[in-house]
Amino acid sequence: MATQRRTILNWLLGTGFIASIISFLYPAFKFMNPPTVPEAAVNEVSAGRVADLEPNSGKIIRFGSKPVLLIRLSQTEWRAFSAVCTHLNCTVQYQPTGRQIWCACHNGLYNLNGQVVSGPPPRPLEEYAVRLRGDEVIIARRA
Amino acid sequence: MNLLTAIKRIRSWLDERLGLEDIKSFLVHKTVPRHSATLWYYFGGITLFLFVIQVLTGILLLLYYRPTVSEAYESVQFIMTRVQFGWLVRSIHSWSANLMIFTAFVHMFSVVFLRSFRRPREVVWLSGIAMLGLALGFGFSGYLLPWNTISYFATKVGTDMAASMPGIGYYVARFLRGGDDVGGATLTRFFGFHVAVLPGFMTVLLLVHLVLVQKFGISSPPKIEQKYQRRGEPIPAMKFFPNFFLRELMAWYATLGVLGSLAAIFPWELGTKADPFAPAPAGIRPEWYFLAPFYTLKLLPSHVWWGIEGELIGLAGFALLAFFWAALPFWAINRQGVERSRLVTGVGVALLAYLASFSALGYWR
Repeated sequence: MATQRRTILNWLLGTGFIASIISFLYPAFKFMNPPTVPEAAVNEVSAGRVADLEPNSGKIIRFGSKPVLLIRLSQTEWRAFSAVCTHLNCTVQYQPTGRQIWCACHNGLYNLNGQVVSGPPPRPLEEYAVRLRGDEVIIARRA
Repeated sequence: MNLLTAIKRIRSWLDERLGLEDIKSFLVHKTVPRHSATLWYYFGGITLFLFVIQVLTGILLLLYYRPTVSEAYESVQFIMTRVQFGWLVRSIHSWSANLMIFTAFVHMFSVVFLRSFRRPREVVWLSGIAMLGLALGFGFSGYLLPWNTISYFATKVGTDMAASMPGIGYYVARFLRGGDDVGGATLTRFFGFHVAVLPGFMTVLLLVHLVLVQKFGISSPPKIEQKYQRRGEPIPAMKFFPNFFLRELMAWYATLGVLGSLAAIFPWELGTKADPFAPAPAGIRPEWYFLAPFYTLKLLPSHVWWGIEGELIGLAGFALLAFFWAALPFWAINRQGVERSRLVTGVGVALLAYLASFSALGYWR
């Protein structure tokens, strides 16, 4: 009888102790997990005026919180891609000499359709639509 | 009462309360094996010495550093240009971090080649490996703190590697970054890891490591043990205090000389302030101790087998390598209890060759 009572007490103390540890750790783990901050959905941004970018050059544009690479290939031809390399998240750049997109971190190369040419990137770059509104260059998400 | 009597009284008072005589007796009786490989025993102490320098210079830097995106770079710039000897303190902090990781690697490989991980020292080895991991964590978290271009992209790449882990990767990366992307929250977190979390773990592991080294004593290589066993003689030894201690002290002085020279002749650069909307600059590469994995990832093709991404294969390879390396004491002996000496030496040499060659290639190419 005494042994049984001791077993029950041990079990209660043990489970109580484990439960209290969990009750301490759970809020701590939850606290460490960063809250999701909702962002206003951005569907298009102005990338400045046509004259701001020379033909055969590129620049990074802020698209919400993400960088987008805007490329002016010629007087009339424009392209825009996500500037986030699909390999390990570095920011890519336009190379005017080779007319390709290059990631300096691990030497990934993409062509002007955003397709991987060489190097470790596993996927193509996401493409954005570019249109001109008068003298203004507009970058927009593709539907 | 003259000065000598006063000192004696103070000593006696302290002895009664702290047991100073016991400590002295322990140090006097402690010995260190003396043979052709004794030189390698100094590297553990040198690593500890560099860690102490890290702590001291880190405390000094804390007096001025501000861990926010708008102030981090400027506060480091302020330390380097306006604070007296600020450039030297920061340079010593950065150089000693690099030297500490280098000496930790030397210590680790010397433990492997001298077979100091053998039974009953498996936990000493495991605590050492965990400390090396923490030292790399110190390097990774501290690298971001100046908030410059190189450190920003290094953190982007490093945390994205964590994100590539199947299943838990997204959560681990979010935990590390404090959000979906590297930003102000990441800087605050990394600062917290660097000055509070990692030092806490390091202190505990360091105590475990040192207590166990005291408990088991310093190991001698099997060949030397066998040589003296055949002769029926004990392995020659020197007293830890003062003989080994004074030699170690000289090694610390030499280290301090190297450290001071490097810090003064090649002051640690600050670079340009991080701009999340600028492309990664050409020639970007991580600190030398991450160069081997960096170059490996650079070489891996986008897809390897059955459409599996090369990056994932690389990361799985690194994880497996780290696991088998940490488990070294357990596979270094076969079921009959005989040491797989050639295998251990072969794996040690291969790993060393991989790290050295890929680090060199990562630096030059």
